Amino acid sequence: MELISPTDIVKRNVSSVQDYAALSWRSFTNLFARPLYMAEAIQQADSIGVGSLPIVVLTGMFTGMVLAINSSNTLERFGSLSLTGQLVSISMVRELGPVLTSLMVAGRNASGMASELGSMKVTEQIDAMRALGTDPYKKLVTPRMISTVFMMFFLTILSDLVGLVGGYLISFLLLGLDTFQYWNTAYQSLTYNDVITGLVKPIFFGFIISTVGCYYGMSTKGGTQGVGRATTQAVVAASVMILAVDVVLTQLMLSVR
Amino acid sequence: MGSPLQFPTAASVDTIHKAIIFEDVSLCFEDLVLLDGVSFELKKGETKVMLGVAGSGKSTILKLCLGLLRPDSGRIYVLGHDVTTMKEEELFDLRSKVGIVFQESALFDSLNVRENVAFRLMEEKLPENEVDTRVREALRFVELEEAIDKFPAELSGGMRRRVGIARAIITHPEILLYDSPTGGLDPITSTTIIELIMKQRDVSKTSALLVSHRLQDGFMLASHYYDPITNTMRAVDGRPMRDVHTSFMILKDGKVIFDGTAHDLGEIQDPYIKEYIS
Repeated sequence: MELISPTDIVKRNVSSVQDYAALSWRSFTNLFARPLYMAEAIQQADSIGVGSLPIVVLTGMFTGMVLAINSSNTLERFGSLSLTGQLVSISMVRELGPVLTSLMVAGRNASGMASELGSMKVTEQIDAMRALGTDPYKKLVTPRMISTVFMMFFLTILSDLVGLVGGYLISFLLLGLDTFQYWNTAYQSLTYNDVITGLVKPIFFGFIISTVGCYYGMSTKGGTQGVGRATTQAVVAASVMILAVDVVLTQLMLSVR
Repeated sequence: MGSPLQFPTAASVDTIHKAIIFEDVSLCFEDLVLLDGVSFELKKGETKVMLGVAGSGKSTILKLCLGLLRPDSGRIYVLGHDVTTMKEEELFDLRSKVGIVFQESALFDSLNVRENVAFRLMEEKLPENEVDTRVREALRFVELEEAIDKFPAELSGGMRRRVGIARAIITHPEILLYDSPTGGLDPITSTTIIELIMKQRDVSKTSALLVSHRLQDGFMLASHYYDPITNTMRAVDGRPMRDVHTSFMILKDGKVIFDGTAHDLGEIQDPYIKEYIS
């Protein structure tokens, strides 16, 4: 096996970052250029949003349930079992709702975008589109970016809600907590900052999922094997970026409290 | 070899009578030299058959003509426009005057034949009835009207190439680029495709660059013409007045080693070319 020099590795990585930044910027600036492919965006919103509903609902539900179980175990030691709703709601709304929803959507859709666009790339369909006078970034990337950002926002709200319901089911059925008490503490504990943090994050995460998925798809090389590689790399890169950006956003949102 | 290659300087480029001009074009990919100082001209109404072994840079030339790739050095003029200095957005307009048939057709697999052929017209938001009329006209030209509702996966290799040709000609382009249109096809289907290319050449007088591995494709184009009365191709023999406007270009390791007519090619003494055409 041929050894690659460290300089080449650095050059390649810097070049990838540069290409990703260029794609992201182009997909964003295309929002203000015509034509805007709204039909494609709606079709993608259906595929990304409606198609992701089952996994998002299930993830939210089980996360809410496990949060209630784990937190009740700790809270019971301090005689504060009644605060279960508060813990579930803050954790879900601020952190777990946006992050877990994004990770699930990344697994499903970043891979889907990378494989779809990657297949188009290796079969020269992207070149054909350019040759036919259509900008593939406008027709393929920007609609996916619009729909992922838009749908991530609503999927996260749904995930938060279902997570709270999951926490309630455990609190009511297993822990014997009062319904009013659970919902009241869950609602009262939330501040505007919690809600805004929880709603800003999915916008960034949606942008990351779509641009990373499209970047790996559009830069696919090496036939069907390359498509497989691009798919895997898209999910890994999107997931890592979501977690890294989450740290920055959380700190940033706490500092503007 | 054919007439010695002489190329104009940038100031004296004849873009009126020339559809495509390559001036000392070079392109490398990492350490691999794809094109090394390629220069040639395609006159308006001419069909140039590009021959060469795999990896000699034939398909790269087609992509450069459309601005899908950028050269490292040299100039490329397409219909008078210097594509080496144009931005991607500016190229979209020029590309509407140039049609391309890709090696594996590159049909959009999620669209049916109608949508594939009509792609450009639908992007231009033409009225539905006009789109339908022009799609049927293009499909009739390639004798594939019955496949209008089929998807690419339901078509044979030859049918996909014909849909690719229909998609390329629907806007009545001034230049057509064919990337190995007969590659991987059986001899009968290959002849059908060459017949269609000939029909397009002789009916619409479109300038064309044709990449091929098959020498017989080039010789068939150079020795036959399309007869609109019988709707078949006929040999030029005995009709010396009929000019089929077809020339040949041979590439080797990214360099042009021959550019001339079929007659010039027949008289060539270069051992490599002699072996290649034998």
